Amino acid sequence: MIAAFDAASAEVGAELPEFVDAPATRTDYVRYQGASGDMNPIHHDEPFAREAGFPTVFAVGMLQAGILGSFLADLVGPEHVRRFKVQFREQSWPGDVITYGGRVVDRREAADGSVELDLELHATRQTGTPHLLGRATVTAPAR
Amino acid sequence: MGDETYGEPFTVEVERGKIREFARATKARDPRYLEDPRPVAPPTFLASAALWAGPDAVPPGLVRNWSRILHGEQEYVFHGPPPRAGQRLTARQHIADSYTKQGRRGGEMRFTVLVTEFHDEDGTLVAEARSTVIETSRAAGEES
Repeated sequence: MIAAFDAASAEVGAELPEFVDAPATRTDYVRYQGASGDMNPIHHDEPFAREAGFPTVFAVGMLQAGILGSFLADLVGPEHVRRFKVQFREQSWPGDVITYGGRVVDRREAADGSVELDLELHATRQTGTPHLLGRATVTAPAR
Repeated sequence: MGDETYGEPFTVEVERGKIREFARATKARDPRYLEDPRPVAPPTFLASAALWAGPDAVPPGLVRNWSRILHGEQEYVFHGPPPRAGQRLTARQHIADSYTKQGRRGGEMRFTVLVTEFHDEDGTLVAEARSTVIETSRAAGEES
């Protein structure tokens, strides 16, 4: 767990410390495509993307979904994630500066003292419009 | 499995090296992905399970015009801690839902929900990946 976020004591409305990523590069896309096995050329082959009617290659939505997921896991611990969902909104492009964040929208405490949190998540472009909207459920052990 | 709505099951080995690669690609900072000999995978790691799928893994009836497919939503549900390096999972895919909606600019949009179930060595359902794809009546690039 990296930044300061204590899931066990987080109340509804608590904000996750934001992560502002470096400007997106084609290398980011290629590295993710190799890792995931999704080699769709629309994300790295400029002539192919133009032929398909796009001005250039565009971001792999699942990359930003993955960064949002890893951002969350860095805060709560990957072993505590129980549900992670994203909805793909506006397309993202090379050079985009994306901010990852979220907040607690529900908190449930079990009889054993363990806590379950529901979070709303987002990956927002520099334009202020969302590239992704997400939801997650995480657990925190009893103290 | 004898069920015609499912694709062929396939084995997924959850590998430490692939977790490292995936964690790096998704800009994870938790040092355990590098230091733990059996790290827990990042939340969207099972996207890489497609690398293990054979040609018959896709359920019958999913064949579409792929130039008109958009990825609408993606969800991962874990029935306990997410997969950890060293686990061997069995995955199989089925179409959980399919429906059409009218697009805002006219034209029909067909939604298909593809679910991949992951069972562990004991046969316990440990994770589900739920992918909603949208087939538009015109190619994606034509809209902008």
